[in-house]
Amino acid sequence: MSAGLRADTTHIDVDAIVVGAGGAGLWAALELAREGIPTAVLTKLYPTRSHTGAAQGGVCAALGNVEEDHWEWHMFDTIKGGDYLADQDAAEVLAREAIPAVIELERMGLPFNRTPDGKIDQRRFGGHTRNYGEGPVRRSCYAADRTGHMILQTLYQQCIKAGVKFYDEYHVVDLVFEGGEANEGGRCSGVVGYKISDGTMHVLRAKAVLLATGGYGRAWRVTSNAHSLTGDGMSLAWRHGVPLQDMEFYQFHPTGIVGIGILLSEAARGEGGYLLNNDGKRFMETYAPKLMELAPRDMISRAIYQEVREGRGIGGKDFIHLDVRHLGRKVIEEKLPDITDFARVYQGVEPISEPVPVQPTAHYAMGGVPTNLETEVLADARGNVVPGLFAAGEVACVSVHGANRLGTNSLVDLLVFGKRAGIRMAQICKSTPKPGSVQGAERAVRDELLALSTRPSGVRPAEIRRELAALMMDNVGVYRDEALLGAAVTGIAKLKGEYANVRVEDTGSVFNTDLLEARELGYLLDTAEATAVSAYARKESRGAHSREDFPERDDAKFLAHTLVWRGAAGAPASKIDYKPVTITKFEPKPRVY
Amino acid sequence: MATASTVELKIQRFDPERDNEPHWQTLTVPVEPMDRVLDVLTRAKELFDGSITFRRSCAHGVCGSDALLINGRNRLACKLRVEQLGKTITVAPLPGLPIVKDLVVDMDGFFEKYRSVQPYLVAAPVEGSGERLQSQEQRDRFDDTTKCILCAACTTSCPSFWAEPEYVGPAAIVNAHRFIFDSRDENAAARLDILSDEDGVWRCRTTFNCVEACPRGINITKAILEVSSAISTRE
Repeated sequence: MSAGLRADTTHIDVDAIVVGAGGAGLWAALELAREGIPTAVLTKLYPTRSHTGAAQGGVCAALGNVEEDHWEWHMFDTIKGGDYLADQDAAEVLAREAIPAVIELERMGLPFNRTPDGKIDQRRFGGHTRNYGEGPVRRSCYAADRTGHMILQTLYQQCIKAGVKFYDEYHVVDLVFEGGEANEGGRCSGVVGYKISDGTMHVLRAKAVLLATGGYGRAWRVTSNAHSLTGDGMSLAWRHGVPLQDMEFYQFHPTGIVGIGILLSEAARGEGGYLLNNDGKRFMETYAPKLMELAPRDMISRAIYQEVREGRGIGGKDFIHLDVRHLGRKVIEEKLPDITDFARVYQGVEPISEPVPVQPTAHYAMGGVPTNLETEVLADARGNVVPGLFAAGEVACVSVHGANRLGTNSLVDLLVFGKRAGIRMAQICKSTPKPGSVQGAERAVRDELLALSTRPSGVRPAEIRRELAALMMDNVGVYRDEALLGAAVTGIAKLKGEYANVRVEDTGSVFNTDLLEARELGYLLDTAEATAVSAYARKESRGAHSREDFPERDDAKFLAHTLVWRGAAGAPASKIDYKPVTITKFEPKPRVY
Repeated sequence: MATASTVELKIQRFDPERDNEPHWQTLTVPVEPMDRVLDVLTRAKELFDGSITFRRSCAHGVCGSDALLINGRNRLACKLRVEQLGKTITVAPLPGLPIVKDLVVDMDGFFEKYRSVQPYLVAAPVEGSGERLQSQEQRDRFDDTTKCILCAACTTSCPSFWAEPEYVGPAAIVNAHRFIFDSRDENAAARLDILSDEDGVWRCRTTFNCVEACPRGINITKAILEVSSAISTRE
């Protein structure tokens, strides 16, 4: 068989499968290896290419190495930063377990920067405060401005040491269920992998499958996300009856490189950088007088839009300035080397002597596949578990980030819940019988891939992708209203219709990226739809979801997580449910900084 | 696209299911002022020929997917602006590794060599609940070699590697260096043993190609010399 596929199918039996080899997947794999569980890690890249490696500024943990700090403060900041939508039991786990996770990373060899007495050094980061909001605190543990790179490298190194079995450049194209889909009480019993280098299908059977595939920033035109971030895990789960949670909460990071979205880390502001408007004024004074440039990201992104709208963008245009000149060459070159390089290479700007033009960039999904604290995927608002299926990291929604994630908490999330996933999966593997036969499980996706690559004529995937990215940028961005979101829902439905006629030019079976990018476009359309539908239904403003027609937070109606299900047989998503937020220690209050 | 400017993009093509050997394809591709080579490759694939094949991911120089031979030098396509290259851009796969298709090379051997130097911390368990102590000075000792993204630009630019494909290569040595000079690690002797064999550090002829190729600015030759010096001076 040509047309992007070979006829042969390989069957592999393991106990656990990890899909994705970023921080969450790697730490889970490490825990599984420690327990001697036969595990396969499948990644569509090489593990060291995963997007965890792009994280820059640091990972927060209340070590208190340079000033007083407590995990309760970290927990509070996370909840307040998330505009009280985070589940507080989950935020507590995050803040408590961040501490041993960071210590364990150091013991694995991560080269953190050090204090004068040799401990892990810590710096300030947006929204992280001392004593429940009094002022910034030094909580972010860092390795220059390549903390994520060092986390990814360190975890991969430890996986090599532990003998973890990797399937590099295997694209997971489907999940396998037995006994019905997730919404019918079914159990996840494996995955279908497509070996990119030769187009063969691989069906892997397992007792436990972890989704650790990251986010879907590529749904927007200006994004900090890698090309690979196309919502694969979210979409595959959605197609099998799993709801997606809180998808309307998508973070725009305030300081992306103008036009292309590459991130300039919050570490620049953590070290003391300013944000300036066209008058040279530190405009955050108006919006967050206490935390200034270290206010949470959603507030700063909105402030930038306001400044631009009121004509105070630089030269009247749609960006403002990030200014680090006063930090001096030594701090800039030693503590912010990578982002200095980015400004030089991608903008031709010298941060030591010039302010850097920046604008908000699509960055992080607070929403995703709903899970409980043990990373088990949930089938509904009542907390019923989908047996065999787990999720951790950006793909998942526990929910620790609520309506807006604080800086560095993405890394904390993937460390804490990646580790928890591995531990829970190992328990399940030891106590659960193998699922039944998965013979023929590849047929459905094989037919879908064949349809893509044998269609004689049709639209190119790139055209639909471009339209989708523009639509999401214009209509599902920092500010939203009913008209914009309604048009987004309609527009995405139209693009989904066109996708049914998409055509792939490359008909080979070796490294057919044309085919896989078309497949990924289908995932992006799903995640974009879930986002727009959920945003349309939430008639309030909270965290990163800012409705101009409903500017206030409405706890009476919307202190609740959104769950949205995919429409049957290609119909638009229409089934939405809400589940209550878990409140333990902190009653919701107005959010001022 | 509102642009008047174009470049001649010359791509080395090879489809193992059709071709006996690589051949060149030349396309005239529209460009925008801040475009990087990766943008031009992507546009060529989207506008003209969906079968053009290359790896990409982060698109800002930190993941190492798109190291290619561009106008005769190994570089990351996402980090190289088109305006630095003139009107003709010639793109070929990294030299010295087997070609899978078009610009994609087989990286398995490269990663096998990386794994061969035991690129992970080996240290006795620590007492108590805190971190190990390390001074910032000790930390700085191996800072440069922690930057490596395993893109293979260095190893595949090395004449010693072209002549002797068994040579472990600069990237693997860089990653060994990262641990050999880490004050917390207790396994330097084993790594120095591995690197002292005939396919280890002695194959380096200090041509500095690796330093020129490294997109992370690592002083690779210095790191290799420090490793060979450690081998020479050990007990």
